[in-house]
Amino acid sequence: MSSTDQISGEFFLSGDEACAEGALVAGCRFFAGYPITPATEIAEHMSERLPEVGGTYIQMEDELASMAAVLGASWGGLKAMTATSGPGFSLMMENIGLGLMLETPCVVVNMQRAGPSTGLPTMTGQGDMMQARWGSHGPYSIIALSPASPQEVFNLTIKAFNLSEKYRIPVLVMSEESIGHMYEKVTIPAPEKIKITPRRKPNVPPQEYLPYVPDDDLVPPMAIAGEGYRFHVTGLTHDERGYPTMTAEAQDKLIRRLVDKIEKNRKAIIEIEEDGIAEADVVVCSYGISARVATIAVRRARAMGINTGMLRLITVWPFPIDRVREIAKDIKAYIVPEINYGQIALEVERAAAGKTKTILVPHMGGAVHDPETILEAIKQAVR
Amino acid sequence: MKTTAIAHIGTHPLDEYLRTDRLPHIWCPGCGLGMILGTVLRAIDKSRLDIDKTAIVSGIGCTGRAAGYVKLDSFHVTHGRALPFATGLKLANPDLKVVVFSGDGDITAIGGNHLIHTARRNIDITVICVNNFIYGMTGGQLGPTTPESGRTTTSRKGNIEKPFNIPNLVGAAGASYIARWTTAHVRQMERAFIEAFQKKGFSFVEIISPCPTYYGRMNEQATGLDQMRYYRYNSIVKHYANLADVDISLNSQIIVGKFIDIDKPYLPAPKSKR
Amino acid sequence: MTTRAKQNQIHVIDERCKGCSFCVEFCPQHILFQTNETNTKGYQVVRVSEPDKCTGCAMCSRVCPEFAIYVATPAGKQ
Repeated sequence: MSSTDQISGEFFLSGDEACAEGALVAGCRFFAGYPITPATEIAEHMSERLPEVGGTYIQMEDELASMAAVLGASWGGLKAMTATSGPGFSLMMENIGLGLMLETPCVVVNMQRAGPSTGLPTMTGQGDMMQARWGSHGPYSIIALSPASPQEVFNLTIKAFNLSEKYRIPVLVMSEESIGHMYEKVTIPAPEKIKITPRRKPNVPPQEYLPYVPDDDLVPPMAIAGEGYRFHVTGLTHDERGYPTMTAEAQDKLIRRLVDKIEKNRKAIIEIEEDGIAEADVVVCSYGISARVATIAVRRARAMGINTGMLRLITVWPFPIDRVREIAKDIKAYIVPEINYGQIALEVERAAAGKTKTILVPHMGGAVHDPETILEAIKQAVR
Repeated sequence: MKTTAIAHIGTHPLDEYLRTDRLPHIWCPGCGLGMILGTVLRAIDKSRLDIDKTAIVSGIGCTGRAAGYVKLDSFHVTHGRALPFATGLKLANPDLKVVVFSGDGDITAIGGNHLIHTARRNIDITVICVNNFIYGMTGGQLGPTTPESGRTTTSRKGNIEKPFNIPNLVGAAGASYIARWTTAHVRQMERAFIEAFQKKGFSFVEIISPCPTYYGRMNEQATGLDQMRYYRYNSIVKHYANLADVDISLNSQIIVGKFIDIDKPYLPAPKSKR
Repeated sequence: MTTRAKQNQIHVIDERCKGCSFCVEFCPQHILFQTNETNTKGYQVVRVSEPDKCTGCAMCSRVCPEFAIYVATPAGKQ
């Protein structure tokens, strides 16, 4: 990829376009997707830009095929991505599970809209946050990032690719229609200023290679098809050779490693943004577009003399349970505005472990919060 | 010379392509899968394909287990999704020779949509669809290729649905190469595999294979040998037959042969044309 | 024919045989038969009755689903 492939400078982009550009900067050279509002523009943009940089775009027959093709392309050696919204996200769950089991690096973007089911296709929502964590069957851990602006969509898409290569896992970018269709200034830095994590290649010759022997951080180096490693991988529970192994012992060993490779590396993965926590009586904990709307409420509350802190989750999964618990003991309440009927609020409450109240400020979807509702909750909390 | 030489694992001519540490395989006595897999390996060898660049993708089911027995880059993926996975793999690295080896349920039921679209796009992969008229791995339920009146655990009084005529379906969707053989036609099968591997575009080979444990047992052909005899004496070779005429009904004749062999644009397009 | 046949040696890998009898059925010379000898898994394995008649066609090897039988011919193992 030469520097002529990559644009840099300041642009006026939508969140969708920023996502596509971020992916290209990160080295994504394969996109398989299916049109769905409000993520369609990501596919459209990729269909135009990928051939320009020598990549491949394919529009698959449905989201099930899209996710399968993304995994196949990753095993073929390319950084691969797909983008969808709620209904497509549900369809992708099966093969996200396969991606988790095969330990396949890839990125899945969900521009959330109001659900459930067909819902409000053109209007915003944040109702897929728990699904991001538990949508596929079986025990596993996953990484999900939540941007709050088109610039952040750009940044976090790059981060998503880096994390997916580092931990050999599908990484989710959970954004919303509000951000996907929002146009703002996006600065694309010069290529040398952007850090890209390359794929972790095998460090032994093909005859000695076993697909699932982990390094110290619990992540195994990954061989790709066509390089003589002649490996076998399967969605069945498997051992270090990649062979299906039908025993409870193999299941125990495999699942613990798949979950621990994320949970034990939380400190390196989790990113949160804090503001005014130290003196806060009440903390607004939020993510995505809701966090952005909440900043207005926080500003107004502070102007009224209420010591309000802001805890913005950039990494929603793994959830920053330690920090949330630590802050809990010093405050009167967490205020959690989200565009659903309570999902991440449940995590906040769980993390708070009874040390403080968790007050959900829900919005069922279709629009963002009126900052006054969040402000009202803040005022009630300190009464 | 001895009457019979007793040999050991590691000496069979195909052992270099097999994960011998996992043999004997899980397939039943009289199941045709081992034979079909062996024929694939012979065809790969005779086609002089680069072993390091040949990848096998299979789905779920008895046939899907095949990927686990070959010493090639092999992927055992989710039910029905071998074709889109193979599409992604091939598009990412067009130098790979990608072979999909899966069963009738995996490819035409849950994978049906992917089958018609992959054929429509004429993706340059070879699909070997083993048709044993039943869902073996889950205990013998009906599938889209179970003949009408065929008995299965979910059609104990006889199947009331009409089955797919797979070559017709794949032909209508746009495949470049379509052939059908049975396990009783092992030499022709090998030749068909070699032709399919060399074909540019979507090449599809349907292989009728015995399932003695379920389909055979529930339909008066209780051993693999019974079914093999039925294929051997009831097959008619009709190359370039009219695809609409090659359906299979219970105990009918089976039309086998090479049905479609055409050249047309395929994906991924060769680099010079991009 | 006798000379050529003497150079073809049929090999059976007992541990793999599952007694399906495909080789017995498809041998054009009808020189394979299923015995009462069982392997460790209890399957009745196959033996050769008249090795001199083996033409090295390797049909047995092609038709065997278990990779349990092959023929060593002057041209190599089939």
